[in-house]
Amino acid sequence: MDFTFSEDQLLFRESVRDFLLNEVTPEKIRASWEMEDGRDPALWQQIAEMGLSGITVPEEYGGLGMNELDFVLLAQECGYVALPEPLVHTALVAVPMLKELGGDLAAQWLPKIATGEAKVVVGLEQNLLVEDAHTADLLILQKGTDLFIVTPDQVTLRHNESIDPSRKLYAVEIDAAVEPFATGEQAGALASAALNRGALGCAAQALGLAQRMIDITVEYTGERQQFGKPIGSFQAVKHAMANIAVRLEYAKAPVHKAAYAISQGQSVAVINVSHAKLMACEAAKLAAKNTIQAHGAMGYTWEVDLHIFMKKAWALANTWGDTGFHKARVADYIFSDDAQLGAGTTF
Amino acid sequence: MDLSYTEDQKAFRAEARDWLAQHVPAQPLKSFDTQEGFLQHREWEATLNEGRWGMVTWPEELGGRACDLIEWLIFEEEYYRVRAPLRVNQNGIFLLGPTLMEYGTEEQKARILPKMASGEEVWAQGWSEPNAGSDMAAIRSTAVLDGDHYVINGQKTWSTRAVWADWAFCMFRTDPDSQRHRGLTFILVPLDSPGITVRPIPQLDGLPGFAEIFFDNVKVHVSNRLGDEGAGWSVAMATAGFERGLMLRSPARFQETARRLVDLYKENRASADNDPAVKEAVLRAYMEAESYCLSTYQTACRLTQGGKIGAESSTNKIFWSELDQNMHATAMNILGARAELLPHAPDASGVGRWLDGWLFSQSGPIYAGTNEIQRNIIAERMLGMPR
Repeated sequence: MDFTFSEDQLLFRESVRDFLLNEVTPEKIRASWEMEDGRDPALWQQIAEMGLSGITVPEEYGGLGMNELDFVLLAQECGYVALPEPLVHTALVAVPMLKELGGDLAAQWLPKIATGEAKVVVGLEQNLLVEDAHTADLLILQKGTDLFIVTPDQVTLRHNESIDPSRKLYAVEIDAAVEPFATGEQAGALASAALNRGALGCAAQALGLAQRMIDITVEYTGERQQFGKPIGSFQAVKHAMANIAVRLEYAKAPVHKAAYAISQGQSVAVINVSHAKLMACEAAKLAAKNTIQAHGAMGYTWEVDLHIFMKKAWALANTWGDTGFHKARVADYIFSDDAQLGAGTTF
Repeated sequence: MDLSYTEDQKAFRAEARDWLAQHVPAQPLKSFDTQEGFLQHREWEATLNEGRWGMVTWPEELGGRACDLIEWLIFEEEYYRVRAPLRVNQNGIFLLGPTLMEYGTEEQKARILPKMASGEEVWAQGWSEPNAGSDMAAIRSTAVLDGDHYVINGQKTWSTRAVWADWAFCMFRTDPDSQRHRGLTFILVPLDSPGITVRPIPQLDGLPGFAEIFFDNVKVHVSNRLGDEGAGWSVAMATAGFERGLMLRSPARFQETARRLVDLYKENRASADNDPAVKEAVLRAYMEAESYCLSTYQTACRLTQGGKIGAESSTNKIFWSELDQNMHATAMNILGARAELLPHAPDASGVGRWLDGWLFSQSGPIYAGTNEIQRNIIAERMLGMPR
């Protein structure tokens, strides 16, 4: 029993954290909102050069050959900076999907993902819209019970604006002539695995987002003075912040357990992922609620950076399976007759 | 990361399970807040100690098994799984014991720990005073050194188990001119000393679970001082650290409550679903108990690899105490009109021990440092907010 990350995993996290804090500042995120497609090719190239776009790509295809557990701390860091680029999507959803598909598809696309030349996105029935479809070179789409693998020339995109300007969402219509790549059980299994990984990505990012909102607000309430004191010295403010810290603290281990279960191919991963996503997104939503309050009217403005993180937290809570979907999955399990509950059943 | 138990850990679990199956009393013991129940629980402590299961983390020469925290968690899981008796000497074994090992002299350890482990000497805590609750540094009871004895005067309150206990570990002001947390000394007091009056305080269930202790020129030998004179605050903080931290409330207890809550819901589903909030609350109970378990294992693994527990231990106290309260509140809602009935009432079918648990859960956010104090600690020491 060892529920800790390795030195290597922790060191990698540190270097990625430093990189992201330097390169993905709130100023740069705001600048990306002004760009045509909202994405920065130079940043994506840097991400690729660090090995991050190919982190889960097997070494034979030029990647780092790491797994979901290796990536989960990095996904938290992506959340901490609210990275607009689809790194979590690439590493946790697209690459594992291509690995499972294998064959020519894997051989053709995985090396290009590792070098940063190509982006691949996945859109499931559970997703209302497809993230980052506009800059994708290949799209893997679940429609009903079929799975389609298509290039941009085979689809028509309809942009849907999100309240989070960093999120680029598209309805994707596939040309009628395109045949499904997989159907039935095979398509369902691929989609279900992708959904779990996407949900894990949301959960991990939510941890980072919650921590960032705490940090921003601790700084702000330490400076902002009313009644002759920093407002952060008032218990009403402190306790609201402490409540976030408590919820966040107890959301971390479930996320790490879910990453471990996925990386080990455990069947309990399905329940672990839903549990993790619900706990982590709840912590992030509480962070959003209590930190906007601590900022007072400033929190309600476009000018203060808080909303960059707040809006992403709101969105992630209901994407890759909304709260109803994930609660139902956990509830169906614990109320079933073969559920393993109680002391000594967790591992 | 490897989230599987080693063969040794599996064997340890099997051994604990086997022993508990053979020794846990078939009938639940009476409440340890009654004379009869107290004696039953004291006897159970002796049985545990004979099997070397009393304090598994203690060194072997003290009757323990020198277990690491993971084995301790495994033991607790097996313990709560079979609903073994609550630990009547928990203030001693979980709070004072570890503190003694850190601050006690060899003489003190040899004299005190074996009798603590066997349940021969049961311990109460004497820190709070009528005007020193959350503000513990406001302690006014005094101990004055006179030759080889301290002479103690004053009053302690909310001393759990003091009605039946043999000893109390207390804090007194030894320097009359001192302010706040300076000038306090940690002293161990035999509760049968002349000059001590213990006045029971009935708790919500009507039983004398805690008490006031009055000290009138009580003489205590200086060999019962723990740590240096005037160093009581830092000794006490070490105890409070253990208290808030892992030892006092392991996850197994809450996972078992969550499991029983799921069962209660399933047994009463038709009526329970009339309140749409109930199903959600049961789901939440399961998820939070699991989170507490996962998080505790993660912390335990970090600590066994040499990490230190910090201010985040305050998050622990808030999380489990609120979880416990919420789970029992949900059980009360499921039981509906039966919820208020005492278990022996003629029409109290299926109420189990939920009412007792509900009452006790009310104390969780209060004892061991109120949750308001914990929130201050989190905000100031963990988040770095201004005082």
